[in-house]
Amino acid sequence: MSDSILTLVTFLPAIGALVLMLMPRNDRSLRWAALIISLATFGLSLYLPMYYDPGQSGFQFDVNRNWIGQTIHYHMAADGISMWLVLLTTFLVPLSVLVSWKSIHDRVKEFFVLLLLLEMAMIGVFLSLDMFLFYVFWEATLIPMALLIGMYGHERRVYAAVKFFLYTMVASVFMLVAIIWLYTHNPQHNFEYTAFRDVIAHGGFSSTALQWLFLGFFIAFAVKVPLFPLHTWLPDAHVEAPTAGSVLLAGVLLKMGTYGLLRFNVGMFPDQSAYNSTWINVLAVIGIIYGALVALVQPNLKKLIAYSSVSHLGFVVLGIFSLTTIGTDGAVYQMLNHGISTGALFMLAGMLYERKHTYEFKEFGGLATPMPVFATFFLLAVLSSVGLPLLNGFVGEFLVLSGAFQSAVPHGMLFAILGSSGVIWGACYLLWMYQKVFYGQIHHDENKTLPEIDGRERISLVPLVVMSVIMGVASPYWMSSIGPAVTSTLPQAAAVTKSQPQKPIVHSRLDQYKQGPAMAAADATAHGLIQKDSIQKDSVQKDSATGGQK
Amino acid sequence: MTKNLYLWVIPLLPLVGAAINGLFGRRFKNAMVSAVALLFTAVSFGWAAWAVYSVWPGGATAHIETLPFPWITAGSFSAPFGFYLDQLSMIMVLVVTGVGFLIHIYSVGYMSHEGGYYRFFAYLNLFMFFMLTLVLANNYLLMFVGWEGVGLASYLLIGFYFLKDSAANAGKKAFIVNRIGDFAFLIGMFLLIQHFGSLNYDTVFGKIAEAHFSPEVGWGFFTITALCLMFGATGKSAQVPLYVWLPDAMEGPTPVSALIHAATMVTAGIYMIARSHAIFNLAPHALEIVAIIGCLTAIFAATMGLAQTDIKRVLAYSTVSQLGYMFLACGVAAYAAGIFHLMTHAFFKALLFLGAGSVIHAVGGEQDMRRMGGLRTKIPVTFWVVTIATIAIAGIPPFAGFFSKDQILGAVFHSPYGGPVIWAVGVITAGLTSFYMFRLWFMTFFGEYKPDADLGDAHLAPTAHAASAHGADAHGSGHDDGHGHGGVHESPWVMLAPLVILAVLSVAGGWVGIPEFIGGNNKIEHFLAPVMESPAVAGEQPAPAMKVLDPISRPEEKPTNEELLLAGTSVAAAIFGFFFAWLLYYKKPELPDRITSKIHGIYTMVLHKYYVDEGYGAIFVKPLLALSTVVFWRGVDQGVIDGLVNGAGATSKGIGNELRRMQSGNIRSYAAWVAIGGAAVLAYMIWLGVK
Repeated sequence: MSDSILTLVTFLPAIGALVLMLMPRNDRSLRWAALIISLATFGLSLYLPMYYDPGQSGFQFDVNRNWIGQTIHYHMAADGISMWLVLLTTFLVPLSVLVSWKSIHDRVKEFFVLLLLLEMAMIGVFLSLDMFLFYVFWEATLIPMALLIGMYGHERRVYAAVKFFLYTMVASVFMLVAIIWLYTHNPQHNFEYTAFRDVIAHGGFSSTALQWLFLGFFIAFAVKVPLFPLHTWLPDAHVEAPTAGSVLLAGVLLKMGTYGLLRFNVGMFPDQSAYNSTWINVLAVIGIIYGALVALVQPNLKKLIAYSSVSHLGFVVLGIFSLTTIGTDGAVYQMLNHGISTGALFMLAGMLYERKHTYEFKEFGGLATPMPVFATFFLLAVLSSVGLPLLNGFVGEFLVLSGAFQSAVPHGMLFAILGSSGVIWGACYLLWMYQKVFYGQIHHDENKTLPEIDGRERISLVPLVVMSVIMGVASPYWMSSIGPAVTSTLPQAAAVTKSQPQKPIVHSRLDQYKQGPAMAAADATAHGLIQKDSIQKDSVQKDSATGGQK
Repeated sequence: MTKNLYLWVIPLLPLVGAAINGLFGRRFKNAMVSAVALLFTAVSFGWAAWAVYSVWPGGATAHIETLPFPWITAGSFSAPFGFYLDQLSMIMVLVVTGVGFLIHIYSVGYMSHEGGYYRFFAYLNLFMFFMLTLVLANNYLLMFVGWEGVGLASYLLIGFYFLKDSAANAGKKAFIVNRIGDFAFLIGMFLLIQHFGSLNYDTVFGKIAEAHFSPEVGWGFFTITALCLMFGATGKSAQVPLYVWLPDAMEGPTPVSALIHAATMVTAGIYMIARSHAIFNLAPHALEIVAIIGCLTAIFAATMGLAQTDIKRVLAYSTVSQLGYMFLACGVAAYAAGIFHLMTHAFFKALLFLGAGSVIHAVGGEQDMRRMGGLRTKIPVTFWVVTIATIAIAGIPPFAGFFSKDQILGAVFHSPYGGPVIWAVGVITAGLTSFYMFRLWFMTFFGEYKPDADLGDAHLAPTAHAASAHGADAHGSGHDDGHGHGGVHESPWVMLAPLVILAVLSVAGGWVGIPEFIGGNNKIEHFLAPVMESPAVAGEQPAPAMKVLDPISRPEEKPTNEELLLAGTSVAAAIFGFFFAWLLYYKKPELPDRITSKIHGIYTMVLHKYYVDEGYGAIFVKPLLALSTVVFWRGVDQGVIDGLVNGAGATSKGIGNELRRMQSGNIRSYAAWVAIGGAAVLAYMIWLGVK
């Protein structure tokens, strides 16, 4: 089971899509089929955290077969980072099916087929360890997403779909160049992630070459995140996308960018990551503040949530490029949190749209009176997004900022302080939004009789709210698998902290204390994945040798 | 130490109550809702009392209990669900649960005619949960949970009448202004993590004690950290420059003002500074700034209280001013005096607010004092309890406020961070306090009852009028005036009983701190001494500078006469205040108008609260919104970046057209496009490889 589980999880939605295609055009049964398939995928993916061994760092559930000759492999595996992102994906897709239940009534079959194909591609992105395979999945997410926006979106859907497609497609080309360059320079002549890592570490490339490679990957991921100033496709795509599209776009697709930054940019180019960290931090901090300020003045609910994503993803990038364990732990956690809280916000916005057919604030106001239950769910989503302690958002935000504060990146403390101001801006735009929608007197008579959310809508929201509470109080459960994965992704980064200790501000005794655990951690992680493996192999060989002698 | 007190139960009980009422309260009858809310609060109070009794009087070390599962772990950092009971948190937990329970009882009567009854009690219980978490936490991060959580509860309760824009705005303002303080608190925590690797009190303070630091001369780590924490406290405890949210917070129901915005939540900042005294003791500059801020806030808010005519707003400014005293106490390192005043203030200010609520209830929702008067005989019980509270806050012995205020002023006079000037400001503030409180007292209870008085400038009392516009039935509507009774009437006993209990405490509450120089033994200071003693003094080699910081050593050193003189001065100031209030608002009620017309400029400025809100709006809010809209959104986002992108798109319009055609759903042309693109890229790759 453990070597086929990843294949099953990835391709079950594709099989489901195939089944859907063959089914007759009965909307009702198509919806149920999509729901059942996505739930089955989620159920199957629960196998991963159940059987994941947190004590063992590195990748698990490994499956590696030749695919195209000897060079391109079908290589998939999960570590603590990718496993949870897969879970996030399989968790959000059934909810997306539920929110599309009534809102999609035209070309229903195609919609759910695209949704399931998108799910397959997204899962594949997180699990691929062969760079070619990764790139295939990466581009494969584009097609269903662009079609979902273009076919099922609102008025300016075509413009938004084209913008989304072009932006991300053009950026991805740079990554493809980098991948192929690395392939041509790889003595093993394959696309293996670990081989690439190895060749970058020991290949003796000039720092100029490495810098270009780093940037090739970086641009592809930065557009996806999206990092300021490459973010302008996002508001348009979100505003035009159908609800399910927005949920998956914000919930999962953006995480592909931050996942890529962590896995490939930081994981493969530790020196370049440290070298470039300052300006990346600057962009992240600009994203946090700028995204929030622009969100603050949006007249449109969905656009506001879209810009809030720019701000929240800025936190994630800040955490990753703090190059500290604690910051990166927080960044990974924040990826999951953002998927849940922003996913919930988009779902809630979609429910309003189904009733009012607009996202403009001026059409709302006073909705807490006709829709108290809806208002309560909305408030919980807002609080999760605003980072209220005991809800999920706080844990990630706190760890990210705390990591940024201790970062050895030049001016790291300044970035952390500026980033922390995000807690103020977040409260401003989110509470402003909530007030505009729910408080005050009702100004439009038709709003007085807006129907309260029904059972299906409640069922689709409850899992998100429950998860945001659980993840807010029981984060160590997730951290137990995220932590080791992060440490093995950041081998060099910990050494960066070690070699450039903070200038001592207090008396030496404190500094000794402070550096004690940090140095130990750095030593422990200084041996990366590769070295660890080779050490283990060596010892195994020695053991067998001595055994033979006996 | 060994006995398990299950401290986590104390905050958890109100949370359970909040959950029950929040989830099912809509279907409950009012009696059921209040039964649930009162039961869980009462048991929480009982549990707290039992826990305190079990470890009484406590030693120099705290009783710590940690749940077996941590809350946040990452790398070497870990924050537990840990609870901490020492003398300081004993006082806090008893005040919070005790006063909280009384206010719950009062609310049963006060809110009985309001819509959203279950919502109110769910929020109130939620507040209790967060407040108890705040005072019982054993680390700063868990304290921060309560810290942010009480902000949330405050937001919800201020905005309880959310159909009114003013209430919704006030709630939002409170949350955002508090967040500004929280931002600094977060930075303070990051600094602590960086230097101590932990946020647990015993780790942080233990390491500080071990290291025997001497107070920083310049602006080092401890000063910066202390200033960050202090700035956080100015938000929560409504100090200059972040006090602006508290007067607006009076939009909430009156019991909320009593519980959250007078007795408990706003004192969280004082508690936090007292808790962090080990850090502040090492940061003389920070202490100096705390003292100055406290002193400024005290007098500034007191002057604003002089001109208010809304009974709750007078009390709000009075609260800000009294919190200034507590800040001042912390600034001169007289933490025990600050906590003492916190406690007595919780009694008499809760009583004043609840009494004001009873008055408002009696006169049918009117909040403007100019429409009151002569209520002395109509609501006698309320009159007497408010009288007691007024004397207590004015600082007249032997009522509670005298002892605590006197301790603070005495400490200020002798402290290197205080001195005679700040002391004099404190005494003037005491006189002003006495004046505006007796002004309230005379205006409300004496003279003629004039419910239909023409106010002339009615816009200054917005709440009174806006209120009657709404019905009381809809979800979240209604207001304090929704009772619809005819005639002035005394409140029911469910409201009066808590008032009477609080009145007793307002008299006797101060007797635990009768100073030595008039024959008392200042129990509270000795009680708090084990936790408030600065570590350097407790250690083997007391640094000389520390001795000055230690409030304990003072009474023995100072001659009794001087203490008596100081106390006499502040009592004299209080009597002066009373005299002028009597003269202006009882003896010659026409005088105030003549005076205000003479000093019209100053009066208008005070009436408009020195235009601080308007100033913040003009300096921060408006420019920021304009910048965001014009420069960032329209300019950078839509102008520059999208302009570039669309420009690039336009030059390759052919591709764009192809793509647009693709969007019509023609899969084949789409596939062809991908194939062409892929081929182009591959060709480029091959060219690269060849090169």
